[in-house]
Parts: sequence; structure tokens; C-alpha cells
Amino acid sequence: MRKFSGWTLLKEAFGGQQGWTPQWRRVAPQPEYDAIIIGGGGHGLAAAYYLAAEHGITRTAVLEKGWIGGGNTGRNTTIIRSNYLFDESAALYDHALKLWENLSQVLNYNVMFSPRGVLMLAHTVHDVQVAKRHIHANRGNGVDNEWLSPEEAKAYCPPLNIERNIRYPVLGGALQRRGGTARHDAVAWGYARAADALGVDIIENCEVTGLVRDASGAMEAVQTARGLIRCRRVGVSAAGNTSVVLGLADVRLPLESFPLQALVSEPVKPAVPCVVMSNSIHAYISQSDKGELVIGAGTDAYTSYTQRGALHVNSHTLSAICELFPAFRRMRMLRNWGGIVDVTPDRSPIIAKTQVAGLYVNCGWGTGGFKATPGSGHLLAWTMARDEPHPINAPFTIERFRDGHLIDEAAAAAVAH
Amino acid sequence: MLLIQCPYCGLRPELEFAYAGQAHVARPADPSTTSPEQWAEFLYLRNNTRGIHAERWRHVRGCARFFNALRDTTTDHFLATYRAGEPMPAIQAVQQP
Repeated sequence: MRKFSGWTLLKEAFGGQQGWTPQWRRVAPQPEYDAIIIGGGGHGLAAAYYLAAEHGITRTAVLEKGWIGGGNTGRNTTIIRSNYLFDESAALYDHALKLWENLSQVLNYNVMFSPRGVLMLAHTVHDVQVAKRHIHANRGNGVDNEWLSPEEAKAYCPPLNIERNIRYPVLGGALQRRGGTARHDAVAWGYARAADALGVDIIENCEVTGLVRDASGAMEAVQTARGLIRCRRVGVSAAGNTSVVLGLADVRLPLESFPLQALVSEPVKPAVPCVVMSNSIHAYISQSDKGELVIGAGTDAYTSYTQRGALHVNSHTLSAICELFPAFRRMRMLRNWGGIVDVTPDRSPIIAKTQVAGLYVNCGWGTGGFKATPGSGHLLAWTMARDEPHPINAPFTIERFRDGHLIDEAAAAAVAH
Repeated sequence: MLLIQCPYCGLRPELEFAYAGQAHVARPADPSTTSPEQWAEFLYLRNNTRGIHAERWRHVRGCARFFNALRDTTTDHFLATYRAGEPMPAIQAVQQP
């Protein structure tokens, strides 16, 4: 791998930018691998990278049916935070956040991690109580979170409207200063480049059509659009299509796939210095480095695989944005799109072994998987390499739904659903 | 926005309806003899079909009644709607050529 630095940039600038080469190899699948990851999004690429980098399993392939980072990795609103209520969740998301903090250095690729702060607004007395409960729970778990009065929130985010005469006035907010955003494509590309350099094969346009098991029922091979590939250790990281892929091995999961929409405005000069979220009136907004306002809407009501959704869902979010940020009322929206998110009943993910020996799954991230990308990849790699979960993902099993040990972030309302 | 045929009221916009999940999921008849695996199956495990999906809807801002529908989750096209209690129509019968 050619190391990137200020010096290489300068050299290429004088050389007419003719020396840049592809960031990863374009290869045909080998007949056999030690590990296969199904799904070439951020999570899958990260898992492949950590399998090679931390566990020495370099005979690894990532199988992607489209192109890498073309699913939810390229469709999300890039918010990173770890202010979840329950101990298990706080440990999981803060593990990811700590990996984000030096990811650019580790990968030698600028993922543009920007800890600009995530401000979650409270609009009612109940909201205020819930937010303060979260702040105390987070601090008890070593996760930073602090309460801001409306005036302090406005000082932190000047375009915010804190007038008391709106339908849902801002009564304050919880600020996680370590939270922020990153560049989604760079995360996929950075992991792909670093994994490739360690020998991982990244195989695009290679849809998995079958999971082949031996006489004992264990994983033996993967049938793909580009032929049969033998492998006894397979990790599925396929987001909204996880039920479809695991259905090939007759594994049923507590998942439902919903469209989640987002939209961006025309680019403008820097106006929103942080990420602002409101769970109560359902809006979240940040500003990309290109200047576009990046706005997340909610999920549509029904399960679907269409990667689109209804306009009324966006319009509901925009009415909330217009109330919180009256200055944006005349902004024009440039693009909107949908991604398919896999949602569990308790809104917490699954990173676990399945009942099939050699088959592992990372799924159920619902509407908030991007923030966990380095952490989930790291933990899936650990689980696959050692055939047992890391202590951080040990609670995030499939069996918790049978045993009643839910990690109920849904009821905790720590996340915007 | 989808247009949905309520079997009681006719064609109405999606905003009048609430989605209510996979259809024909029967509650275990005898709770005291139902195993944890069977409870998990009933409460949490879903087909999450990529293709034609039988699902419940409720015309919550109309007649307020539940009904069932067959919808293709790859296109969001409704193939049929039918009243609660009626058997699921054969998929071949409702598919357009």
C-alpha cells in the first residue's frame, strides 16, 4: 500500500497527478478462503480489515452484490455518538467512538471524523427528565454528556430557534461533545484500501445465492453469482437484506426491514456548527463539508426493500426543521433517497453466532448503524476469529429474544426511530 | 404515498392507515405449555419477505378496522386486500400477467 502523506500530495501536485493508482485490487474470487464476509458496506469491510489486521486471517474475502459502500453506508446521515441509556449499549457504541477517534491515523486514510458535538433537544418536561436521566446514566458509564439550557444551546448552535412561542419550544438539550460526523464514503474506501493491503480480496458484483452446509450442518461453502467458494467461516453483514441472506441457511431472525429516508439541501456557507437532533418532533440535521444541510427523516410505516419512501415522511421532518431553524424555510432541497434498515424488536443490534456452526451475523442496527462501523467490524471479526463473542458484544445475541434479556433502547427512546 | 384499497371503505391514501405487521401470526393456543422458543417465534421472529408479503393494515383514520393485504415488498405494489378472517388469496390468482 502506498502511504498517503503531505509529501505524496505535494509530489503528485508537481507530477501532474498522474501517479495515483487504484486503492484496491480488482480480483476474481479464489476457490477457497479462511473467512468470508457477505456485504461490502462499512461494517463488512471493517470486519474484514480487523480479521486480517488483528487476528492474522488474511485469506479473507468480502463479497458484495453491488459496489462497496453503495448501500446504507452511502445513504446515511453520518451521525456519530455514543450517548445510549443502557450499560450494554453505552459500552458498544463508546467502543466504536473510541475507534473513530484515531481511525484516520490507523487506516492512513482521512475519514474526516469531526467531533463537532451532537445536541439532542428537549421540548417538554418529560423530554427534559428523560434527557437528564440519559446524561447521568452516560456519565456513570464514562460517556460524556452534559445539559445545556436553551440559551447555552443557542450559543452552541446559533441558528437554533429558542423562542417560547413555537409549538414545541426548546427547553434545553443534551450535548455529547465527542460526537459528530465522518465522511461515509471515505470510511468504506479507507477500510477497503487497508484490508486489501493486508491481502483481503474485495469482490464486487458478486451476489450470494446459496449457503452450503456439510453433513453435520456446519458451513462449508458459499454459492455466488461468480461460482462456488469454499469457506467454513462466514460472516453476514448485509443490513436490510440480512433476512434474505440468512434465509438461504434457514436461519430466522427477529428482523423487519424498513425504508429510511434522508435528504440534502443546496450547499450554503457554514451555518450549522454541530449535529442537532430532536427525537420528540423527529428531525436531525447537520451540515456537510460541501455545505449541504444533511437532514434525516424517519422510517416509513411498512416493511419494504424498495430503497425509497413516501414524500409525506420527508415533509413531516422538514416541518420540524423549519420550526427549529426558521432561517432555512426557503432553502431548496436537492436530493432525497432511501435505504433499507433492518430493525430488531428492542432496537439493539445482533452481533453473534447463529445456530449454524461457522455462520456469524452482524445485523439489526436499524436507523443508527453508521456510528458503530469500526466497533461492529472489530467485534464481528473477534467473534468470527475466536468462535466466541467479545465481552462487549456478548449481550447482543439472537437468544436474548427467547430468554427475555432485551436491551430495550426502543423503550428508552435514546434514539430517533 | 401509497393508495390502499380498504375492503370496507374503498381506495384511500396511505396517511389514513396504520401498518400492523405480518399477517396470519397466530397466538399460541395454550400459553402454559408454550415453550420459550415458541413464544419468541410468536412475539419476535418474522418472515421479512423480499417479495410478496401477507400483512395486516388498519384503516385507523377511517373505519378503524383491521384487514389483510398482499403486497410486493420489492415494488410496494398491492396485489390484493381482504377482510380479517378471510383466507389468504392464492398468489397466482392475484398476480397480474
